Amino acid sequence: MIKKFSGRVWKYGDNVNTDVIFPGKYTYQKMEPEEMAKHALEDLDPGFASKVKEGDIIVAGKNFGMGSSREQAAIAIKYSGIKVIIAKSFARIYFRNAINAGMPAIKSPEAVDAIENGDEITIDMKNGKIITKNNEFTFPAYPKTVMEILESNGLINFIKNKIKKQEDLCQKEQ
Amino acid sequence: MGKTFVEKIFTKKAKKDVYAGEIISVEPDFIMSHDNAAAISRTFKKIGVKNVKYPEKVVIILDHEIPAPKESSAINHKEIREFVKEQSISNFFDINNGICHQVFTEQGFALPGKLIVGSDSHTTTYGALGAMSAGIGRSEVASIWATGELWFQVPETIKIILNGKMPEYITAKDIALYIIGQIRSDGADYKAVEFVGDIVSHMSIAERMVLCNMAAEMGAKNGYVQPDHTTFNYIKNRARTEYETLYSDKDAKYYKTIEFDISKISPSIAKPHTVDNYAPIEELEGKTIDQALIGTCTNGRLIDLEIAAKILKGHKVKIRTLIIPASWNIYREAIKKGFIEIFIDAGALVLNPGCGPCLGAHMGVMAPGEKTFSTANRNFKGRMGCREAEIYLGSPLSVAACAIAGEITDPRRFL
Repeated sequence: MIKKFSGRVWKYGDNVNTDVIFPGKYTYQKMEPEEMAKHALEDLDPGFASKVKEGDIIVAGKNFGMGSSREQAAIAIKYSGIKVIIAKSFARIYFRNAINAGMPAIKSPEAVDAIENGDEITIDMKNGKIITKNNEFTFPAYPKTVMEILESNGLINFIKNKIKKQEDLCQKEQ
Repeated sequence: MGKTFVEKIFTKKAKKDVYAGEIISVEPDFIMSHDNAAAISRTFKKIGVKNVKYPEKVVIILDHEIPAPKESSAINHKEIREFVKEQSISNFFDINNGICHQVFTEQGFALPGKLIVGSDSHTTTYGALGAMSAGIGRSEVASIWATGELWFQVPETIKIILNGKMPEYITAKDIALYIIGQIRSDGADYKAVEFVGDIVSHMSIAERMVLCNMAAEMGAKNGYVQPDHTTFNYIKNRARTEYETLYSDKDAKYYKTIEFDISKISPSIAKPHTVDNYAPIEELEGKTIDQALIGTCTNGRLIDLEIAAKILKGHKVKIRTLIIPASWNIYREAIKKGFIEIFIDAGALVLNPGCGPCLGAHMGVMAPGEKTFSTANRNFKGRMGCREAEIYLGSPLSVAACAIAGEITDPRRFL
C-alpha cells in the first residue's frame, strides 16, 4: 500500500448500493478483475469506467456499498484505478470487502462535505490526513489487523504471508 | 458487566472476555456459500493450501442460477461439484434442494449459539434460530476454508421491541419494511439487532426468518431472536450438532433501544429504488404493475404460499405472476395442501425453488419501463436485470392481491 498519494475526485451521493456498483447479472460470470473494472459503477455513472484514471479517488455520502456481499463491487472499483474511497460511512460488508481487497476505505463526513467533484486531494495514510485545497482533515488509525491486511495488499496475500511464516518457523524448528 | 448475545458468543469463541468494539480472530462453526463457491474455490487455490482445514464446517448450496441458464453458470456448477468431491465436502446441496438460507435452516445447520458466516448478505437469516450469523465476502470465505478462522469486530447491539396486537392483514414483511422506513437502510450499520417483544415471541420461525433476513437491509451485521419453545420445537428433529443456547444478560449494555407499536400500521411497501423508501399501501393504490413475484429467501415459505393461495383461490391473475417455493420440501408440502393447484388454476407460473429473478439472473427478467411487485428483499435499480425497470416490495398478501387486480391494491379488500 502506498503511504501517500494524490488524485482527482469522483463525487457521489448517499446510499450507493452494490447493484449499481456491479450489477447482479454479472456476479456469477467468470471474470478477471480487469474485466470487472469495465463494469464499475455501470448503473450509477455509465461514463465512469471509460473515463476514470489510475490514482483517482471516490468520495461519497453515507452508507457507501449497501446491499449485496458481492466482493466484485470492491474489486471492480479497485481495478478501475481508484486508490481509495472516502465516505461519510460505509456499509459493513463493503467496508470489509474493500479492506480485504487492499483498498483503503476512509470514513470522514467532514472531508466529504468539503470536497467537490473534480477536486485534487492528497491522502496521507501514515499520518491519517486528507488534504484538500483549503483544508486538512484527520481520520483515526486503523486497528492493527486491518492495517496489516492493507499493507499486505489484501486478505489473500495477508493469509499467504501468515502461512508462509508458520511454515518457515516449522522448518527452523525441525 | 452484563453482556449482549453477540458479546457472549464472541467471548465463548475467543476464550476471553470481549465487549463491543474489540477485534478478534475466531473460528466460525459453519461457513455457507452458494454458486459463488466456484469463484471462492479459485481464490482458495491461489492461497496455496492443499486442503480445506475443516471440510465438515463447509456448507455449499446451489441456488442462484439453477438450473444453469447459460454455459458460464453450468461451468461454475461443474467446478463446484468437482471441488466438493476433491475436498470431501459432504454438506453439499445440488440444484434440487432450494434457496440456501431455507435449505441451511431446514437441514439443521442454523442452531442457537452457533457462529455462522456466509458469502451472501442475507446470511443474517439464521438469527431467527438464535445463531450469530453474518454475511462476508468471497475472499473471506476462501481464507476461512484455508485457515479455519477470520477477523471480526464485536458489534454494538440495537434492541428493537415490537409491541401491540398484530392485525390479521399484517405480516412480518410489513413490519420489517415499516421498521426500515423508520430507521433507514443504514439505521443499524455495523450493529447487531435483537428483535424482542410480544409480537416476536408469538411469531413462527418462518416469520422470525423474515425479520432477521431483512435486518441486512437495515445495514445490520446480524439479526437475532431469543430462542424459545418455538425454536426448540423447530430444531428438535433437525439439529446437526449439539448446541449451547446463549441469551443477552439483563444488565447488558445496548447501543440503543427502539420501540414500535405495530397495532395500527398499514400493509407496507418499499418503492423504487431503495428498501427504505417506505409507503403505506394506501398511497400507491391503483399503480399498475406488469409482474408479480412471490418467493425468494424472504417470502417463499409455506406460510407465504398459504397466504397467496387464500387470496388467489378461485381468481385469475391479470398480470404475469411468478411463484417460487423456497425449497423442494416446501414445494412438496404446498402440493399436499393444494396450494400449487390453486396457483396453476389462477394462471400463475410455479417455478423451481431457487433465487430465480430476484437478482436479475434469469426466470423473470424485466423489460425497460416495466414494474414488478415482489416479495423479495431488494429493489435497487437494475436488481432484476434492467436498469430502466422498477421494483416495488411488499408482503405475499399484498403481492397476491395485486396479481388479481393488475395494480397495487389494499389486500384488506380480499379478506
